[in-house]
Amino acid sequence: MQAKKRYLISLLTGAFLVLLFYFGGVVPGPAATGSRSRHGYNRPEQPWPHFSDPLQHLSPWDHSDTEDYNVHISPRQKRDVNSSVYKGKRCRMQSCFDFSLCQRNGFKVYVYPQQKGEKISESYQNILSTIEGSRFYTSDPGQACLFVLSLDTLDRDQLSPQYVHNLKTKVQSLPLWNNGRNHLIFNLYSGTWPDYTEDLGFDIGQAMLAKASISTENFRPNFDVSIPLFSKDHPRTGGDRGYLKYNTIPPFRKYMLVFKGKRYLTGIGSDTRNALYHVHNAEDVVLLTTCKHGKDWQKHKDARCDKDNAEYEKYDYREMLHNSTFCLVPRGRRLGSFRFLEALQAACVPVMLSNGWELPFSEVIDWNTAAVIGDERLLLQIPSTVRSIHQDKILALRQQTQFLWEAYFSSVEKIVLTTLEIIQDRVLQQTSRSNLMWNSHPGGLFTLPHYSSYLGDFPFFYAELGIKPNPKFTAVIHAVTPLVSQSQPILKLLVSVARSQYCAQIIVLWNCDKPLPAKHRWPATSVPIIVIEGENKVMSSRFQPYDSIISDAVLSLDEDTVLSTTEVDFAFTVWQSFPERIVGYPARSHFWDNNKERWGYTSKWTNDYSMVLTGAAIYHRYYHFLYSHFLPSSLKSMVDQLANCEDILMNFLVSAVTKLPPIKVTQKKQYKETMMGQSSRASRWADPDHFAQRQTCMNKFASWFGGMPLVHSQMRLDPVLFKDQVSILRKKYREIERL
Amino acid sequence: MCASVKYGSRGPALIPRMKTKHRIYYITLFSVVLLGLIATGMFQFWPHSIESSAEWSLDRRSVHDAPLVRIPMSSPIPERGDLSCRMHTCFDVYRCGYNPKNKIKVYIYPLQRFVDEVGVPISSTGLSREYNDLLSAISDSDFYTDDVTRACLFIPSTDVLNQNSLRIRETAQALAMLPRWDKGMNHLLFNMLPGGPPDYNTALDVPRDRALLAGGGFSTWTYRQGYDVSIPVYSPLSAEVDLPERQPGPRRYFILSSQTAIHREYRVELERLKEENGEALLLLDKCSNLSQGLASVRKRCYKGQVYDYPQILQESSFCVVLRGARLGQATLSDVLQAGCVPVIMADSYILPFSEVLDWKRASVVIPEEKLPEMYTILKSIPHRQVEEMQRQARWFWEAYFSSMKAIGMTTLQIINDRIYPYAARTYEEWNNPSVVKWSSVNSPLFLPLIPPRSPGFTAVVLTYDRIESLFRVITEISKVSSLAKLLVVWNNQNKSPPEAIDGLSLDQTHMVERSECINKFASVFGTMPLKVVEHRADPVLYKDDFPEKLKSFPNIGSL
Repeated sequence: MQAKKRYLISLLTGAFLVLLFYFGGVVPGPAATGSRSRHGYNRPEQPWPHFSDPLQHLSPWDHSDTEDYNVHISPRQKRDVNSSVYKGKRCRMQSCFDFSLCQRNGFKVYVYPQQKGEKISESYQNILSTIEGSRFYTSDPGQACLFVLSLDTLDRDQLSPQYVHNLKTKVQSLPLWNNGRNHLIFNLYSGTWPDYTEDLGFDIGQAMLAKASISTENFRPNFDVSIPLFSKDHPRTGGDRGYLKYNTIPPFRKYMLVFKGKRYLTGIGSDTRNALYHVHNAEDVVLLTTCKHGKDWQKHKDARCDKDNAEYEKYDYREMLHNSTFCLVPRGRRLGSFRFLEALQAACVPVMLSNGWELPFSEVIDWNTAAVIGDERLLLQIPSTVRSIHQDKILALRQQTQFLWEAYFSSVEKIVLTTLEIIQDRVLQQTSRSNLMWNSHPGGLFTLPHYSSYLGDFPFFYAELGIKPNPKFTAVIHAVTPLVSQSQPILKLLVSVARSQYCAQIIVLWNCDKPLPAKHRWPATSVPIIVIEGENKVMSSRFQPYDSIISDAVLSLDEDTVLSTTEVDFAFTVWQSFPERIVGYPARSHFWDNNKERWGYTSKWTNDYSMVLTGAAIYHRYYHFLYSHFLPSSLKSMVDQLANCEDILMNFLVSAVTKLPPIKVTQKKQYKETMMGQSSRASRWADPDHFAQRQTCMNKFASWFGGMPLVHSQMRLDPVLFKDQVSILRKKYREIERL
Repeated sequence: MCASVKYGSRGPALIPRMKTKHRIYYITLFSVVLLGLIATGMFQFWPHSIESSAEWSLDRRSVHDAPLVRIPMSSPIPERGDLSCRMHTCFDVYRCGYNPKNKIKVYIYPLQRFVDEVGVPISSTGLSREYNDLLSAISDSDFYTDDVTRACLFIPSTDVLNQNSLRIRETAQALAMLPRWDKGMNHLLFNMLPGGPPDYNTALDVPRDRALLAGGGFSTWTYRQGYDVSIPVYSPLSAEVDLPERQPGPRRYFILSSQTAIHREYRVELERLKEENGEALLLLDKCSNLSQGLASVRKRCYKGQVYDYPQILQESSFCVVLRGARLGQATLSDVLQAGCVPVIMADSYILPFSEVLDWKRASVVIPEEKLPEMYTILKSIPHRQVEEMQRQARWFWEAYFSSMKAIGMTTLQIINDRIYPYAARTYEEWNNPSVVKWSSVNSPLFLPLIPPRSPGFTAVVLTYDRIESLFRVITEISKVSSLAKLLVVWNNQNKSPPEAIDGLSLDQTHMVERSECINKFASVFGTMPLKVVEHRADPVLYKDDFPEKLKSFPNIGSL
């Protein structure tokens, strides 16, 4: 019985277990299906299922065996086909430009001689004279790479008084026209009421367009150049600086966003301005339009006109321009408007509302750094968009407007030169500027790519690249007197400069009429001395970009300069902190002479200075290149003829580039006396003409630069602890004080 | 089972005076409850999690389970791409709307397998691994939305990366059948290998209405500037081969040509260059004696000598990337990965991501015509620049070429920048490697633009409980004519005036505290931002032998 029961129990439990296992097999079934469907619904955050089955690879390699292009299409043929197919609206440099014309003589521009009886507008005259005064100009069409018409093509609006008739036949009859190949045509206005097409009204053939208000549809990338619309009062050279005087933090101004302009009630381009009143709030967003323009505005006027006109009269445009953080630049009849340059100059960040406008110089300028590019379709969002822009960004945008204005837009000359430089960059592809050169200080016009395509070779980009200039300098001594005695100052100078720990080499530029002295006459130094015989023995040769200058820094010296090693060392450490400026010893100043109405030059000891003489100064070797290649030959030959003013010209150049004054470092008291006391030098400095010449130079230079680039400074850099009442043993640059 | 038998046998001992009937009843009940509990626990946690996920991958993660869609013959074909399309004409910006994050939303269509009326698929390869990677990456990113109504950009799941595997007409019909196609508005297609023999168009031949094209190998005539995006041709070697970054510097060879499908005309010119310059050039070709397949992709030969590709690329300063049948070449990606400076010779080619990347800093572009002058051109590039380009090339690869994810994200970011231009990434963000970003100065306050022509300055005076000296400072400073504002920061929380007015710098604990501060700040910045200079600004005539009354700042020397 006991055993029976035991068997029964074990049987029962066994049966239960089997039952449960059986259920175990079934129960999870529905549970699993339930959870799967739950998964299916719960995965919407990843509905792309990341397929994990073995998928085929993409094979991006060309197979020369299987693809028979090797037999059929020669790349050379393909190039020829391209250049014959892509014409007219599809022109590109590869298909419509003859590069071979530029290979022989580089990038030279020819301007057609002006024909009698042809009237030329003032603006176009400015454009032509800028080209003729530039270093690109050639008067020989055989040498030219680019041709510019002397026929005024700026205004192609038939209703305009400036419109030139019969342009088509006039252009066709030009002997060098060659269907527009390698021609550049400037245009500001095209088309007329009512449709304002972008057609110029004559066949431009294969010519490039430098055109304002060009639309992205008609713009041929890397072929045309979009230029800004500028008024006939736009200055030819120089031009006003930007209006931003200083930064305010926080950067907000009285108004957030402003606009004041005409409203076209109907027709092309009227929609956006008609809708502006929706956004106007009369407080910080002030968008004003007037219907009052043209003869019969009353005829078209709508219900809003009277109210709008009344509001319009209440505000002063200039007051708004200077007191607003953002300025709206909506399209007019044409895509571009004068508002753009006005806002840029006033440091009022432009808010573009002009769909399809290819912005000026868009090929090289990154407009996102200086403007807000809005969309006409999203007008109602514009206020919240500009309000969402962070303060830091506003500050950056505002400063970039000033940089761009001064670098590329402030004068007709700058606009034209920028256009030419852009085309030159395309032609000489290898030596073209990088984006950074165009969009950061000092801008593409001052950054010549023939010097180097490497950013680190220029003095401007060290901070941007996070690198430092080369820690050595090359001394260039300008020698003009024969070597007769061993006590001559040049020999002392050589020794003390060579003793500097930063000196890499010394170059003696022999500009003396006497033959070179024998090698053993030069003192033995630890650094190499290279003697270069000046070719023409002219003044400008001291600023030649000699290949033997290997370091970034150049220490320029006159032969009779008296400098101690300590002074050289100290000046060089200062220069390392300011590699884009001239750092030196004797300083001079300029001033405006009210009586004579001209610039004056003074060597008196005053409280400020604007020039540092290059008889003892350190600067970047790039300025040698700029001096030789950027300045016009007229100024350089003036310097050579006078054998004077080279240092003034160098100071003009560097200040024009940096917009900053040079830097004067501590000088020994006796400096002035010793310098004047030297016999050889005395002849030059004692000459009463010498001083007068320098005055004349200054005024000549200022007129070429279109303004006075020199900037005054009241600061001198001394060694820390200089003349402080501490033990001399604690001072690093003791010599400077002792002398 | 064993255990329960044991249990049963012990039963009588545990419950001695109970009747057998009851005993059986209790024991059965007990075991049922116990086993039931165990069973439920097991079913709940262990078996189904494995089972269901196994089923999931079998069921849902295979491309073969995607629904089959038959395309009727008469199904409409989109128009060929419109060359005049721009963002403001062919793109519906209202779909993107204003959003505070300034980020577009991207929708991906679920996978469908399209076949024609007789059941032949429209693509010979179907979904490629690369396209799957791309879409997976997008669906994992911030851009992704599953809500089709909120999407600003739509990406079809039809793979058109390689035109050669597609049936053009049917693919176009399949695109037009997408529920939100709407003339291709706001649709983005990715294509890396456009065109086909014999003339190899430079853009995808599939008619696509207004869809945006992210294409590899655009020429200036097919690229719609500001609308299309030029993307690189992805190289599968990026994932397969791990090339460690090499220090920039001179390499064993000066120029290396590694492409196998170079046209005869160009190969002849390269060989001539090789004759002129000898060892500086290495001119590789495919290996004729090796068997086809993977090995031949990874090997290159020169006169019977076998080289490993792409490793050999690291041995050269410059690497030639010539156009082949197409303008875009996958070799470019390998070359960048190796940190070799690409010498790109493909006239009219729109470089990958050229809208945002500054290729001048990472490559040399030479017109095809000037191939014979290549050596002289490259020799004229300064050393330091070559090193910088090598570094930049490698960085471009890491950031923008290394994976389909990188390519996809960059493309979307570029489109995003167009739609929210005021929040666009800057040139520096796109082009400066992080090393440079850290060491360079980019704050708007430090733009070296204009010396401030401000009418005055603000003085900030920090007090250390020293009221007398504070008053003295205030009276002195207020005499300065260019003072615009004076700000006093009262640092005294306890308001107890100090008894000693000793110089703070004599207090040793004070100096120790300040040293600690400096160390703390430096560790927060990760580096020491302060720079040491040896100069000090003084007025021009500072301590000069000069009548004091004529000096602008006569007091400074006497303080």
